[in-house]
Amino acid sequence: MDDFLAARSQMALSLGFHIIFACIGMVMPFFMAVSHYKWLRTGDEVYKQVTKAWSKGVAIFFATGAVSGTVLSFELGLLWPVFMEHAGPIFGMPFSLEGTAFFIEAIALGFFLYGWDRFNRWFHWVTGVVVGVSGLVSGILVVAANAWMNSPAGFDYVNGQYLNIDPMKAMFNNAWFSQALHMSVAAFVATGFAVAGIHALMMLKGKNIAFHARAFRIAAIFGAVAALLQPLSGDISAKDVAKRQPAKLAAMEAHFHTEEKAPLIIGGIVDEKNGKVDYALRIPGMLSFLAHGNFTAEVTGLDQVPVENRPPIAVTHYAFQVMVGLGMALVLVSLLYFIALWKKKSWLQGRWLLKLFVIATPMGFIAVEAGWTVTEVGRQPWIIHGIMRTADAVTPMPGIVYSFYIFTAVYISLSLIVAFLLYRQIKMVDKLYN
Amino acid sequence: MLYVVIVYLWAAILLYLLLGGADFGAGIIEFFTSRRNRSRTRRTMYQAIGPVWEANHMWLIITIVILFVGFPKIYTTMSVYLHIPLTAMLLGIIARGTAFVFRNYDAVKDDLQKLYSRIFVYSSVITPFFLGIIAASTVSGSVDPAAEDFLSAYVFSWLNWFSVTVGFFTVSICGFLAAAFIIGETNNEEDRGFFTRKAKWMLAAAVACGVLVFTAAYMQGVPLVEWIFGKPGGILAISLASLSLPFLWYGLEKGKTVLIRLAAGFEVTMILFAATYRHFPNIVLLKGGGYLSLLEHQGQDKTIDALAWALLLGSIFILPALFYLLYSFEKKRPVR
Ligand code: HDD
Ligand code: HEM
Ligand code: HEM
Repeated sequence: MDDFLAARSQMALSLGFHIIFACIGMVMPFFMAVSHYKWLRTGDEVYKQVTKAWSKGVAIFFATGAVSGTVLSFELGLLWPVFMEHAGPIFGMPFSLEGTAFFIEAIALGFFLYGWDRFNRWFHWVTGVVVGVSGLVSGILVVAANAWMNSPAGFDYVNGQYLNIDPMKAMFNNAWFSQALHMSVAAFVATGFAVAGIHALMMLKGKNIAFHARAFRIAAIFGAVAALLQPLSGDISAKDVAKRQPAKLAAMEAHFHTEEKAPLIIGGIVDEKNGKVDYALRIPGMLSFLAHGNFTAEVTGLDQVPVENRPPIAVTHYAFQVMVGLGMALVLVSLLYFIALWKKKSWLQGRWLLKLFVIATPMGFIAVEAGWTVTEVGRQPWIIHGIMRTADAVTPMPGIVYSFYIFTAVYISLSLIVAFLLYRQIKMVDKLYN
Repeated sequence: MLYVVIVYLWAAILLYLLLGGADFGAGIIEFFTSRRNRSRTRRTMYQAIGPVWEANHMWLIITIVILFVGFPKIYTTMSVYLHIPLTAMLLGIIARGTAFVFRNYDAVKDDLQKLYSRIFVYSSVITPFFLGIIAASTVSGSVDPAAEDFLSAYVFSWLNWFSVTVGFFTVSICGFLAAAFIIGETNNEEDRGFFTRKAKWMLAAAVACGVLVFTAAYMQGVPLVEWIFGKPGGILAISLASLSLPFLWYGLEKGKTVLIRLAAGFEVTMILFAATYRHFPNIVLLKGGGYLSLLEHQGQDKTIDALAWALLLGSIFILPALFYLLYSFEKKRPVR
């Protein structure tokens, strides 16, 4: 492995790790707020127990998220100094505002975790909501920074110089809205299904039904609503990508030849060398419709992109298929759940619906990782789309491979410990609340 | 507006040193405590740092963000040449932050607690040690942009006696701050005596390390004496710091908690002031006389303005909330 590849892998690993904790940090506070609210309104003690049990889990995730985020803010410089030297002053606005959002989140979390029975109950409830809102705001802000890398704005690039910097324009670049919307909804999908799945499993085991049924319902409703919205938001994203990064879209769809009435390719094996996809299902005209809203529109293919500016096609295409496939599976589960809630109450008694939720537990998070792979790998070979190449941005220091090995070991051990602690936490629910 | 940003940068560093430092110090005290007394140390300290510890570390992130948005050249130079100690510090931050939370939130309290504690304690010492090394390396003229080989570019940029002694000095200062802050949190005579002894001990260690720092600086040709005593401001800061020492000692003897905290905070503020004042605005001094200056290597005006506004607006939200947090957990009585 060479140093450049090591730097990319280390960045991807750190972000892929951080995003899981970030999603949970953004979304769990809202689940807790609902359950907390129900306790305050109905006096049902079980809801208080749910809130408390969740908040212990969140404390673990929050700390892990915070340290992995701190690492990231250093890693941008440790791995990509050339990029940061030019990009820092341009796309820094969201990061400087994010500082405030994080700070408020940390302060509110202090109030929430240590404030049981110390404060006015509603003040305490509001601090929990503030944790969620500021987490969501920070998520939106970082994604705006990432969107700038896809859709650079707010400066003039003249002879290798970055002139007339306007940080506000850079923050509100063309991609920020579609990306931030899609990411925020994704966080709800992923966390909702993960949490619902765990509680569904406990219900199947017949443990503490009163507790787990309440927890399951809150998480499942959040996750299912978000899952139904996600394809709509994904469609906005896809149309946006078609406009601003045709090469990325072509790679996502493994669309090699520019054509009108372009077909949507589902499944299949990508043959990058010969520019074709074998064994795939093709829906004529569908890609033209999805990308431009018109079945006969022309869609730019990879043949229009010089070879040295093409992203890795197979990875981008497979990752996209995984994301959309899982998204559709989750839409199906959500529809069944809503039918059960409104029309077929008897389904809620059956075990098969819960089993579906158990199977869906990791799907949202896998889709999140796949989605980021699409966005980031699809942007290659650029670190700033059309302006700076990733290979030109990397640190001159040799030996990054070792740093990559160390961080890999650290992140693997942390994931194992967090999983183990979570397992213990869930096992203790029996003892504490039965 | 540039000066607004610089003031925030300095304040963020100071607050990280004071609050984050005290937080590291809690682990350092635990490190230097006999096994018999550890659980007591832990209980008191956890009460003290629990609610705010998450917020303490935000100052580091603010520092980094100000650097990469406002002074990208400074951020990237440090990232490239001090890659190794920065990575070591990051590993320390990861280990410490997670071990602290695992220790408190593991649903089952078993032998793993010992492992968490060990990791927490060791990383509490290592992290500020590398922080000190990094801080010292930026000013000791050891970073060499013209270096040709790996060792002189990426290792000797930070591995030298001056940096190492500053590392030890930072560790002892953090330990001292923690002990001094915690005295006010104790609720019985025995604990109070215990932490007072720790505070004195750490203060003595800090003075001893300070002497080592000057010795190393002299041997290495770092003009530390000239920086600190070269301008009236530096002399004033050091004199005030020395003058406050008797007050500190008096406070420790008599158990005056507010006085101890004020004097300890003041002491450290003056040390940071003296260390940064003389060579301001050059915060990175390179080998061969080059330097990176806060007044010459900043971003374009619009960036600096936007950053300053973001910081000012942020403080309007943050400061009242932070004070309220500290205040509410200070009065221990539950309010209802
Ligand atoms: C639960 C997770 C999840 C699910 C079910 C989906 N996505 Fe997604 N997708 C993401 C999670 C995600 C993500 C991880 O959040 C990304 C990465 C960057 C971003 O902004 O969102 C993303 C990126 C992303 C992009 C690239 C945006 C860019 O590069 O700017 C497109 C075109 C889509 N998605 C489209 C879809 C479609 C058509 C879906 C249909 C079901 C879909 N996504 C489901
Ligand atoms: C948290 C979700 C994210 C994930 C999972 C993710 C994933 C990835 C992946 C897979 C790569 C490697 C691409 C390749 O080398 O082919 C990468 C690179 C990178 N990402 Fe992201 N990314 C995320 C968000 C962000 C954000 C928010 C930023 C910046 C604000 C960012 C900045 C970068 C940079 C600087 C690189 C290295 C250069 C490059 O390869 O383009 N990423 N990321
Ligand atoms: C799409 C990608 C990202 C999203 C959605 C995201 C979101 C979040 C959220 C919600 C948190 C709060 C932690 C929690 O509640 O558990 C967090 C923490 C953090 N993130 Fe990220 N983040 C992303 C990428 C990044 C990147 C690229 C950086 C660095 C440049 C970064 C820096 C941080 C830092 C420093 C923290 C710790 C703040 C604290 O102590 O609360 N994040 N992130």
